[in-house]
Amino acid sequence: MVTEVIAFNEEQELIASSALEFLRGRCSLDDVREWMETETGFDAELWREIGALGWLGMGIPEEFGGADMGTTEQVSVIEAMGRQMFGSPFLANSLAAELLNRSGSEAQKRRWLPGLASGETVGCVALGESAGSWDLSELTARAEIDRAQIRLEGEKCFVLDAQNADLFLVACSGRGEPAVVAVERSQLPEGALRSERIVDETRRSARLCLDGVTLPADALLPGGDAAALRRVQMLGALLVSAELAGATQGVFELTLEYLKTRVQFGKKIGGYQALKHPMVWIMVGIEHSRSLLYRAATLWDTGEDASEIETAVRMSKAQSGEACTHAVDRAIQFHGAFGFTWDCHAQLFFRRAQWAEYSFGDAAHHRRHLAGLLFGKPAA
Amino acid sequence: MSETVEPSVAELEAFREEARRWLDENTPPKPDFKLPDSFLEVSSEEQFEHLRAWQRSVYDAGYLGMTWPSEFGGGGRQQIYQSIVNEEMADRNRPFMLNIVGLMWAGPVILKFGTQEQKKRYLAPLLRADEIWCQGFSEPENGSDLANVQTTAVRDGGDYVINGTKIWTSLGTQAHHMILLARTDPNAGSKYRGLTFFLAPVDGPDVEKRPIRKMTGEYGFNETHFRNARVPASCVLGEEGQGWAIAMATLAFERYAEGGQAGGLDMVQLRVAELVEMARECRRDGRPAIEDPIVREELVRLSVEERAIDMNDIRRNLPRLCRERPDAIGLMRKLVTSEFRRRMSRFAVSLQGEAAKLYIGDPAAVEDGDWQRHYMNAYSVTIGGGTSQIQMNILGERVLGLDKG
Ligand SMILES: Cc1cc2nc3c(=O)[nH]c(=O)nc-3n(C[C@H](O)[C@H](O)[C@H](O)COP(=O)(O)OP(=O)(O)OC[C@H]3O[C@@H](n4cnc5c(N)ncnc54)[C@H](O)[C@@H]3O)c2cc1C
Repeated sequence: MVTEVIAFNEEQELIASSALEFLRGRCSLDDVREWMETETGFDAELWREIGALGWLGMGIPEEFGGADMGTTEQVSVIEAMGRQMFGSPFLANSLAAELLNRSGSEAQKRRWLPGLASGETVGCVALGESAGSWDLSELTARAEIDRAQIRLEGEKCFVLDAQNADLFLVACSGRGEPAVVAVERSQLPEGALRSERIVDETRRSARLCLDGVTLPADALLPGGDAAALRRVQMLGALLVSAELAGATQGVFELTLEYLKTRVQFGKKIGGYQALKHPMVWIMVGIEHSRSLLYRAATLWDTGEDASEIETAVRMSKAQSGEACTHAVDRAIQFHGAFGFTWDCHAQLFFRRAQWAEYSFGDAAHHRRHLAGLLFGKPAA
Repeated sequence: MSETVEPSVAELEAFREEARRWLDENTPPKPDFKLPDSFLEVSSEEQFEHLRAWQRSVYDAGYLGMTWPSEFGGGGRQQIYQSIVNEEMADRNRPFMLNIVGLMWAGPVILKFGTQEQKKRYLAPLLRADEIWCQGFSEPENGSDLANVQTTAVRDGGDYVINGTKIWTSLGTQAHHMILLARTDPNAGSKYRGLTFFLAPVDGPDVEKRPIRKMTGEYGFNETHFRNARVPASCVLGEEGQGWAIAMATLAFERYAEGGQAGGLDMVQLRVAELVEMARECRRDGRPAIEDPIVREELVRLSVEERAIDMNDIRRNLPRLCRERPDAIGLMRKLVTSEFRRRMSRFAVSLQGEAAKLYIGDPAAVEDGDWQRHYMNAYSVTIGGGTSQIQMNILGERVLGLDKG
């Protein structure tokens, strides 16, 4: 079969453009600033609406209340979100849905997926730990599994949207192997969640203390092994690279606008090549990011060769992380002292870029892995 | 162009197979003299004849000018066929075409602006490399500021009389015709007006050609002096005074910002995979260079960018994914690929360690010193056809809408 290098049909285009249109109308940077000050970080009404639009169930099969679409659609929606700086538990929920759908039992899926699809319940994944490593092969959080029950201990960190979540899919080490358990909020003791102060204030993230959590034996995801964790991390990298590509475009437009209005020495500052030329390279960075992103999404949906898919995802994340980091850096500088203020929106993108670059592996991390994929491992 | 039905996937695969076979059976063996990196550095008779014969055989086999109308010597087929041939040539790094100024720049503008007679007269001989073309845009005093050209063309009966100097004329020595930008009306009020575009004969005695030597030691471009050179009025392309618009259209073809070229390659293809192979051979601290973390990092960076460029070439044909800046990928291509080529060749040289100092002609030079020459010749694409700085101005102003400086 001959498959397309980059697949993107009319329906997908419609989803992408209507997502952007919808968010443009409902999520301005001023709105983002308002939500940022709230406890949850997002607008519950808007969350219900995107649930009704079917965005939350895009990756979930129809039989569990989802729309059974591909990653390409999710990537389009997330790109629009990144551009508008939309926060919300969308990312966390999408990853939880994917992990559950791939690794959960029939009963687990039936129990939780419909809620995740409608937005009634929010899911999240607890992967990271305090060492800050993106490698999950040495998990310190542990699950003691016996026939009747599972006892957890240890701590998870950087749990995205933990504060907003009803369901936690927790990566831990059980019987010496990586395992995933499903924990409901009601199963957490008082004080198990401690909010993290993170650089991107539009996001919510927390530490999750597992000590004393006891679960019934059926909380274990039967397919939740090392491969499943790698897969959800890869999907995380792909989805965050969509967010980065969108954010790069967003901050680029913000800066461009300033370069077209701010006057110094009697002319618009965008006429100066010292600003104009770097803006061109930022645009090049966005075009590169998008092409690699759509290629990775296409392969995620249709590819068969695992290392080809992994290569494409890592390239996408490395490229869009680097491009966004550079774009936000120049955005601050090109706004002058105003760019250094709280009130200038550039800081929102700057902080988002910081958050996103270090989520699911930064550019250097992915390049290191790409070297192995592309050239083979060095001899010991 | 005469075909309108979409070819099926099976048809295209069969065609690809056939093109591949033809290329395998008909590519000439490597000659015992060195070929240049591109059409720009053709310095000797034997290089010229070798490349001319190759272009001719490709054309005669039906693999060049495939989209051009058949009444003018083209194949009258859809672009996809030529694209397949181009891809196969690139993948196998087949020799490039010789008559690039004709195939990629002059031909497309003649098709776009020419009269029926002009198309009949010029296109078929150009495809067969029977007639070689060159470009007379730049002048000693007017390079980036192309609109300021001062070469004059004065109407005299049925002719124009040309005076002035063009420079950096690639393939100028061998050329029969020149796409020439000259000033027909010095009092038009603006430098952009009063320019006229000629399809000028340059093989007569009233045109003097002086070769210029390049930094690599090669030749390939000239100074071209016109002293009362007579050009028939039938050689004007478009209208008198329309020169600037046609020159801009020419540059869009030259920079591959617009399609319609005859096809084939214009230079040696350089791919990161070749650097990876070289890094396996070259040594660092008692190990293959490919095991050095810093080498790996740079090779990955180059691989990611190469993939992005390849994917851009795919995406630019998917209008759905280019709504925001429909022209951006096309217009940035020249800047991006030329700067990439320069960076990649420089890194290729650095992989060689101390052997990086050896140049073509030294028996111990790595890969015959080719990368040292690729590196130098990379500037021909970051400067020629409009410098990178000018490309950034164009992108900043036209695509991003920023003020002119
Ligand atoms: C290998 C090669 C082959 C060529 N073949 C041909 C040919 O066949 N026919 C032909 O007509 N021409 C040809 N050229 C000429 C080429 O088009 C010019 O060299 C080019 O347009 C630049 O002009 P210049 O050399 O006069 O440099 P200049 O215009 O003098 O530029 C000097 C420097 O100033 C920079 N600069 C100039 N203006 C600006 C600005 N506004 N903003 C920022 N920076 C600026 C340039 O980028 C450059 O770095 C060829 C050039 C090369 C290198």
